[in-house]
Amino acid sequence: MLKILHYINQFYGGIGGEEHAGHLPEMREGAVGPGTAFAAAFGADATITHTIICGDSYFGENLEEAKKTILEMVRGVKPDLFLAGPAFNAGRYGVACGTICDAVKEELGIPVLTGMYIENPGAEMFVDKMHIVSTKDSAVGMRDAVPKMAKLALKLARGENIGASIEEGYMPGYMRVNFFEEKRGSERAVDMLLAKMKKEPFTTEFPMPDFDRVEALPPVLDISKAKIALVTSGGIVPKGNPDRIEASSASKYGEYDIAGVDDLTEATYETAHGGYDPTYANVDSDRVLPVDVLREMENAGKIGSLHNKFYTTTGNGTAVKSSAAFAIEFAAKLKNDGVDAVILTST
Amino acid sequence: MVKEVERAGIPVVHICTVTPISMTVGANRIVPAIAIPHPLGNPKLSMAEEKEIRTKIVETSLQALATPVDGQTIFEVKY
Repeated sequence: MLKILHYINQFYGGIGGEEHAGHLPEMREGAVGPGTAFAAAFGADATITHTIICGDSYFGENLEEAKKTILEMVRGVKPDLFLAGPAFNAGRYGVACGTICDAVKEELGIPVLTGMYIENPGAEMFVDKMHIVSTKDSAVGMRDAVPKMAKLALKLARGENIGASIEEGYMPGYMRVNFFEEKRGSERAVDMLLAKMKKEPFTTEFPMPDFDRVEALPPVLDISKAKIALVTSGGIVPKGNPDRIEASSASKYGEYDIAGVDDLTEATYETAHGGYDPTYANVDSDRVLPVDVLREMENAGKIGSLHNKFYTTTGNGTAVKSSAAFAIEFAAKLKNDGVDAVILTST
Repeated sequence: MVKEVERAGIPVVHICTVTPISMTVGANRIVPAIAIPHPLGNPKLSMAEEKEIRTKIVETSLQALATPVDGQTIFEVKY
């Protein structure tokens, strides 16, 4: 029977939510959380002998240490496959899954597999380094993800040939695999063209790569005369979250007036973000949105002025499309208001 | 959001803890922060000490905004 080691975060490990995101890596025997679903899918072919649980923030903030500790654990177990996640659209979790899989594969030579949503930053970072099964954006997709991942995991653990991404359900971009299409190219191309003319959906066989990069702008010439605006994806809002910005998968951003505000206090501001432990931001929101420091710099003449409005949303699970749309809208307002530069903070 | 602000013609600096994510997203000026739940603070310190590190991060960010960059650049904070 094949031995599988499973990596999950503190949430799926049943340790707790964001307040436990600093949880140090620990290893338990057997399957935990989503591992039980995988164990059922593996049946008699494989067993999850151990589960490593690690807090997402701990991993993100202590990359090298976390990697070292976890590699040591994996080395001791010597599994036939290292399985991580699935992380869906949880950014830190996805990056952790990709990072640790890459390390296990490169340093220990053990096959790895993870799964996440296509917009998870971990996907773009690691899609060319390993098999990543494409999942839905939230844990609702667990039922769909487990059989796909389990099937591919067994093949990888056995060292079998892996088919093309379209057949196996992993994200394209890792390995090129040849296979025979049933219809020849000319027929497929004409089918696509007909579908396009009828305005029916069709899938291209050669998607154009998305190189969306923006060139850096020239620097601000004189900071002491510049009007600086603050923007955050850390969800800082006036106490009570008046616009009810969602804790995750935000559908909107907030615009708030900070004219005359010298300091964000526990009584006046808080975070609406549901993707990190809110304790520290709720006590002092300047820890995320540094209004206090910028106000002092304004008074001392180190900057021209602090723009009287700030823009905010919650960055967790929020679709790239939504955040881009928010920013296009508020960037136009900032431009109109004569803002010279923006400080954008993320949690 | 960083990209759209820059695309709109306003120079932007991204303060964040997990800088590889910022690189993937496409920020051009990046300043590393302290920790995910408190990027510009550290609850283990006194409020005055916290404000000092916050000031240093903001100063580094302003310097980043005033510095020409050729591609994505991480500006380390000198504590």
